[in-house]
Amino acid sequence: MTYLAKPKFHHPSLPKNAIGFTRRDYEASTSTLCAGCGHDSISAAIIEACFELAIEPHRVAKISGIGCSSKTPDYFLGASHGFNSVHGRMPSVLTGANLANRDLIYLGVSGDGDSASIGLGQFAHSMRRGVNMTYIVENNGVYGLTKGQFSATADRGSKSKKGVVNTDNAIDLVAMALQLGASFVARSFSGDKGQLVPIIKAAIEHGGAALIDVISPCIAFNNHPGSTKSLDYVRAHNEAVNRLDVLLGREPITVDYAPGEVVSVTQHDGSVLRLRKLNDDYDPRDRLAAMDFLQQQAAEGQIVTGLLFIDPDAEDLHANLNTVRAPLNQLGDAALCPGSAALDKINASLR
Amino acid sequence: MPLAAVNDFVIRFANVNGSGSASANEMFARAIMRMGVPVAPRNVFPSNIQGLPTWYEIRVTEAGHLGARGGTDLMVAMNPQTFAADVQSIEPDGYLVYDSTRAIPPGSLRADINVIGLPLTAMCNAEYSDPRQRQLFKNIICVGALSALLDMDFAELEKLIGEQYQGKDKLIAPNVHALHLGRDHALKNFACPIGLRLKRSDKVGNRILLEGNAAAALGAVYGGATVCAWYPITPSSSLAEGFARYCKRFRHDPDTGAARYAIVQAEDEIASIGMVIGAAWNGARAFTATSGPGISLMQEFLGFAYFAEIPAVVFDVQRAGPSTGMPTRTQQCDLINTAYASHGDTKHVLLLPEDPAEAFDFGAAAFDVADRLQTPVFVMLDLDIGMNHRLCRPLAWDDNRRYDRGKVLSAEDLEKARDFGRYMDVDGDAIGYRTYPGTHPAKGSFFTRGTSHDARARYSEAGATYVEGMQRLLRKLETAKNILPPPLRINAPAATRYGVIYYGSTAPAMTEASEILGRAGHSLDLMRVRAFPFHQDVANFIADHDAVFVVEQNRDAQLRSLIVNELNIDPVRLVPILHYDGTSITARFISGAIGGWLDTLKVTPLRKAVS
Ligand SMILES: Cc1ncc(C[n+]2csc(CCOP(=O)(O)OP(=O)(O)O)c2C)c(N)n1
Ligand code: SF4
Ligand SMILES: [Mg+2]
Repeated sequence: MTYLAKPKFHHPSLPKNAIGFTRRDYEASTSTLCAGCGHDSISAAIIEACFELAIEPHRVAKISGIGCSSKTPDYFLGASHGFNSVHGRMPSVLTGANLANRDLIYLGVSGDGDSASIGLGQFAHSMRRGVNMTYIVENNGVYGLTKGQFSATADRGSKSKKGVVNTDNAIDLVAMALQLGASFVARSFSGDKGQLVPIIKAAIEHGGAALIDVISPCIAFNNHPGSTKSLDYVRAHNEAVNRLDVLLGREPITVDYAPGEVVSVTQHDGSVLRLRKLNDDYDPRDRLAAMDFLQQQAAEGQIVTGLLFIDPDAEDLHANLNTVRAPLNQLGDAALCPGSAALDKINASLR
Repeated sequence: MPLAAVNDFVIRFANVNGSGSASANEMFARAIMRMGVPVAPRNVFPSNIQGLPTWYEIRVTEAGHLGARGGTDLMVAMNPQTFAADVQSIEPDGYLVYDSTRAIPPGSLRADINVIGLPLTAMCNAEYSDPRQRQLFKNIICVGALSALLDMDFAELEKLIGEQYQGKDKLIAPNVHALHLGRDHALKNFACPIGLRLKRSDKVGNRILLEGNAAAALGAVYGGATVCAWYPITPSSSLAEGFARYCKRFRHDPDTGAARYAIVQAEDEIASIGMVIGAAWNGARAFTATSGPGISLMQEFLGFAYFAEIPAVVFDVQRAGPSTGMPTRTQQCDLINTAYASHGDTKHVLLLPEDPAEAFDFGAAAFDVADRLQTPVFVMLDLDIGMNHRLCRPLAWDDNRRYDRGKVLSAEDLEKARDFGRYMDVDGDAIGYRTYPGTHPAKGSFFTRGTSHDARARYSEAGATYVEGMQRLLRKLETAKNILPPPLRINAPAATRYGVIYYGSTAPAMTEASEILGRAGHSLDLMRVRAFPFHQDVANFIADHDAVFVVEQNRDAQLRSLIVNELNIDPVRLVPILHYDGTSITARFISGAIGGWLDTLKVTPLRKAVS
């Protein structure tokens, strides 16, 4: 499709991005979530990231499961097609959509119940297949929509609003994604937009399976003392390993960093990720070391955030399947149907 | 008197799975077919019995009766584990062919059958030293011997060997040699031919022999499917594998070698249908192939696709349930599970092919129907159609035919359109217009959801809006009735008060049964249903008769229930004729059941007179 985006008329003072769009062009219906819900901050970060990347909204397909978190695609990128699927099954819908048209940007939005409980299998398999997508888990440790039951990411020993102590061990989606071969793995916090926006931008630019686990406190059901997913707890235990700047190919590099502190990673599409190290020992290109470090920090109760792992040369499912460059949904009869002559030959071989 | 018949008998091979018998058996069936004599081969392969038995049955049928007949006239008993039972299953005065290398205990043979011992193992050991060769050539030697015993045209076998090993020419001579070994042995040691004989005929015509799963897979290729997501399950796996095979052959870009398709072996059936729905939502033709247990797992997504109106094609190759049931046995037991799949008020489109040729036609058409109606479409095969070679008319394709992608708006359409609402019934056929994601920068985007929505795809819990949407979905199925394959009616030569309704793999046995019944003085009008929801003709057919037999292969009379429920028919008018022991339905069974019922009717007045 060779459609050129037409800039809309807006108040002239609103800042515009490279394709002439304002932030408004990336907004959608008003959120119906609780005021102060972490998920709304993530929606805002998605809007900001897409604005800054100057993405044409209609080139994004936003797909989700079920939950408060999964409702959010209604609240950003109103000009994009959205798909609010069934509980825990966003990854399969996204995988199928991606196979049909490799040229769109796939944004998967899910919750911790959606991805770590009912949908753990689909989460895992989409990671191991290397589907080219940005997979955001809005992780609050509870089922928000069904009013506060523990989810599978709730830490053992953490307390529910009603005072029940969770005795089950927590599933760490970041650790799983690393083990399963995801080529971009990050964790962030809904309350840290400065960290989250560049991570989302980098994930969108990434050419493989990108997971972002975003701790996103549930104001209504999981923001009390005793919770390990409350705003206060996350602020107190957040250990960022790096800070990220995303530089698109066309942008001049203007920021100066002190030598030694910065790691530059160039992705397949030419985008350059500049990582300011906050922890000297952490190298996000070393999958094994990352897994090790994360386990150690988790044991000490720390929540490690930042871009945790990246393989800038990642390939995706389409590469594995060797599909044609053109989107499959645009192939016509001539490319798909072998025709009657071929059928006659088959008939002849069956007599 | 030993059984005597020309071109009309049943031969059954009792084999050990993995012994290389399958290709020898198929060659044998094809050679008969090449003699112009119709054959109906069937595989029987129990899933969990000691000794890995498989049986391959060939009904030789000059009259062209392609349903299973029942009974065995000639048993080729090659599996020691099932030998005793195999011998017992031979018809009186029938024949037993067995490997006589090792003496069989006296008394284990019946006096009322004709026994032909071939020292196959001994012959192989004398001829070959490699154990694998001994095994493979044993089957060929056996076929060679049978060619003499049955008076088969030997040249056809030689020709088939030549074709089979084309390109591996070194293998031709040894195989032909093995054929000769068997043939010469039989000619020398037995009075050939025996009572069962083959004679060249002209009853095959231009028909072909292929499996329903392969045909359906080919239908998906011709129908333009580009995405296949599946999870292995008998008896459907060979459909997905067939799709992969044909795509390899037909769907690679000649310049780059890249694939014009994507096949994913998903982690389960939930993921399979999720991928299909995601791909179809995004404008690709997508399908999955599965069996009953998979359909059970897909329920939630199927309801979603119905309500959000997303095309999806599901091939259900039915097997006996419930639960794991009899996984390698055939039934027509998923009718209700698919017709009403999912929670809430749902109803789905089913296509009901009778054989591989129709599986190809419907397999391709399903994608047009799904796109046109924007809803899931099931193509209902079963193990009997899917995993057996069936003689059928050649597959046909009209090169002028173009895919019907349904109501899809392009960017130009959207520019011109005054208004767009995904679920607006603009044309009065209850089908809205859809757009693929990424079509237009400012127009035509919408939000797909399983929650109640208005005509513009906006979330709404307003009762009236919900009811309006649900009513439109019902009206859409009215539209469906006129684009689905209509039922086929065959009237008896003379007017009759009785009719029969049936579908799918029951067809060949039903045709034969109606001939048997006709000869017994019971004439019947026939209606073969080919789709759900039912065409008006089905109701008319029932209205035309006092009683209608509904013949099907499940315990609970599922087709009959659907008819009663959907067409508001008095159940008393519909007599269930049910076969569900996992074997293929036979004309003997149907004619016995219907004949018995009609005979009872006839004697009723007599009993009344006595009382
Ligand atoms: C098959 C199925 N089971 C249960 C539910 C009910 N349900 C809706 S949302 C939800 C949990 C969502 O939790 P999470 O993904 O963490 O989202 P959050 O609301 O916390 O953002 C559940 C159990 C459902 N919609 N579907
Ligand atoms: S219940 Fe929790 S997760 Fe749901 S909207 Fe409210 S704060 Fe957010
Ligand atoms: Mg949650």
